[in-house]
Amino acid sequence: MNPQVRIRTRLTLGAIALAASSFSTGFALAADPIKIGVIGPFTGGSSSMGVSMRDGVRMATDEINKAGGVLGRQLLLVERDDEAKNERGVQIAQELISKEKVTAAVGYINTGVALASQRFFQEAKIPVMNNVATGSLVTHQFDDQPENYIFRNAAHDSIQAPMIVEEAITRRGFKKVAILADSTNYGQLGRSDLEKALELKGIKAVAVEKFNIKDVDMTPQLLKAKEAGAEAVLTYGIGPELAQIANGMTKLGWKVPMVGSWTLSMANFIDNAGPGGEGARMPQTFVQEPTTPKRQSFIVSYLKTFNPKNSRIDSPVSAAQGYDSVYLLAAAIKQAGATDGPKIKAALEDLKTPVEGVVTTYTKPFTAKDHEAITANIPVFGEVKGQRVVYAYSDDQKKASEVRLKDANAKGALAVKK
Amino acid sequence: MQIFTQLVFSGIALGMIYAVIAFGYQLTFATSDTLNFGQGDALMLGALVGLTLVGLGVNYWLMIPLVCVFGALQGAVVERIGVRPAIKMKSEFGWIMSTIALGIIFKNVAENVWGRDDLKFPSPLPESPLKFLGANVLPMEILVVFGALAMMLAVEVFNRKSIYGKAVVATFNDRDAAKLMGINTGLVITFSYALSSMTAAFAGVLIAPLTLTGSTMGAVLGLKAFAVAIIGGLTSGMGIVVGGLILGIAETTTGFYLSTGYKDVPGLVLLLIVLALKPAGLFGKSAIKKV
Repeated sequence: MNPQVRIRTRLTLGAIALAASSFSTGFALAADPIKIGVIGPFTGGSSSMGVSMRDGVRMATDEINKAGGVLGRQLLLVERDDEAKNERGVQIAQELISKEKVTAAVGYINTGVALASQRFFQEAKIPVMNNVATGSLVTHQFDDQPENYIFRNAAHDSIQAPMIVEEAITRRGFKKVAILADSTNYGQLGRSDLEKALELKGIKAVAVEKFNIKDVDMTPQLLKAKEAGAEAVLTYGIGPELAQIANGMTKLGWKVPMVGSWTLSMANFIDNAGPGGEGARMPQTFVQEPTTPKRQSFIVSYLKTFNPKNSRIDSPVSAAQGYDSVYLLAAAIKQAGATDGPKIKAALEDLKTPVEGVVTTYTKPFTAKDHEAITANIPVFGEVKGQRVVYAYSDDQKKASEVRLKDANAKGALAVKK
Repeated sequence: MQIFTQLVFSGIALGMIYAVIAFGYQLTFATSDTLNFGQGDALMLGALVGLTLVGLGVNYWLMIPLVCVFGALQGAVVERIGVRPAIKMKSEFGWIMSTIALGIIFKNVAENVWGRDDLKFPSPLPESPLKFLGANVLPMEILVVFGALAMMLAVEVFNRKSIYGKAVVATFNDRDAAKLMGINTGLVITFSYALSSMTAAFAGVLIAPLTLTGSTMGAVLGLKAFAVAIIGGLTSGMGIVVGGLILGIAETTTGFYLSTGYKDVPGLVLLLIVLALKPAGLFGKSAIKKV
């Protein structure tokens, strides 16, 4: 190639590139989609929660986009698998902020990942809607800073732990209980919440045991609980290991009720525990029952779109909360009329119009001080029965069609100390 | 006393799970001085292939030979792709990276084929426990213990009595000399990998009804088995069994008597002690390397 031709080619290429870039910015001004980051474990032991959450998020986004989007723009999901690993979560947070330039993020299943990753969003002033992670600290991580960009629409552990204790001690009258929790942030923060809640009832757990993710034998933990005379086992862990606990009980021929955090509703607990998992009870913000028209349409369209096995949503709670989280964000973006983080945050803290969700109808779900949409009066008790989660108490089921609204003064939550 | 028996029984079952995986490490080490670090993943593939076959309506007992064939093929592939080039180049460490890499590839393939969740492997035996010396034992645990022992015995007899076994010993002692004596050492090494992955696949379907089955099941088990192989000695089949029992019983008893938070510690402390005092393992023959 002679030099002249080379220069000409280069110029032409440059011109094309310029034209292309100006075209794309011109196009962008017209209908640049609003990017929402979706972060959760889509592989591994917590994936039944992560995938159900993502499916709920996708469904809500589709519905919003079909109805014309938000501010005349479409929502675009940027989904990333954090593999339930803290370090992956950190990488993803940085990528979503600096490369993808997301407007907001929804997700986080694992408390540890949320705690490790969300400080990047906090620094970048980008709102995060935690729709599954339940660690009490999650929304209080930045209490010392003037602005907090972390919101949540899941039942946090300070609600769940007292509910579990209330169920085991007061309603069912057990005097001696054992706590079995996994060694992750989730399990250990939950364990300390359980211990605090028990202390308020003047009871000390007769055995407090630990297990690791992927442990295949729970004999020592269960034997300790059995020897201490436990009448019930309170659990804080995720599906596969909880199933090993149930299987271990079957093996030892020692069957006491399991009452634990909402993860006892995970499909991989129910499937792997089989008959041993029947009767396990856990707090739930949503049970897969068409008790209101909104819930009915949610369930019907979820089953139609994703067609899960046996018409059972893998983790109904995650799906419902994932779905609601997008509607909450969309409402805030609409009210803010802009996509800047601080404006969306301000709108979330002062939502003018109620948002009708699957879990509840969100009327002023957040304030500047309170970033929790779910209060102690909203969750009900679910029970594993016939390989599905149903209402544990028929009273709850009868009253399920009355949507439980947020009540910031609802009793039964532990005071969260920083 | 009853509790102690229970702990020991559970420890034996757990230890045999580790031992049966660790056995595979020993098989390839005996021919080529190399290990398949994808052993845990070979186990996982075996379990998942078995689960698929059972799902297709194949009887559990009929499925086992099919899984063994699959395992043998998989092992041969690992050797051909990952280990042979490294041995040819006389690379000291190439095979470490390539077997780990293949293991990760297998795991990712499994995630895409079988999904990401832990699945239930239907138990071929009744799931209600039996009473034995005042402790509860699952029929499946007994099957694991005896199945593992039977398999290891079969492989040991094969190695000691058959002409192949002699070829293995010759290959291990001096690869070049063995070659000159007319032994196809390349084939011997390929065969040992096939055998090793076959035992892993067999172990997979054996233990799957007790553990959960899923693409991530191999990681922790493969690592613990590696510790067992080091404790027992990489050159001794007997040592592997003893190493497995030690680690298994150490885990359950520490969990009960000390704290469940520390149950993995004694086994690993033992590993360190063995490495410091008897690097070839409790039952290993210490090899003198002539340079």
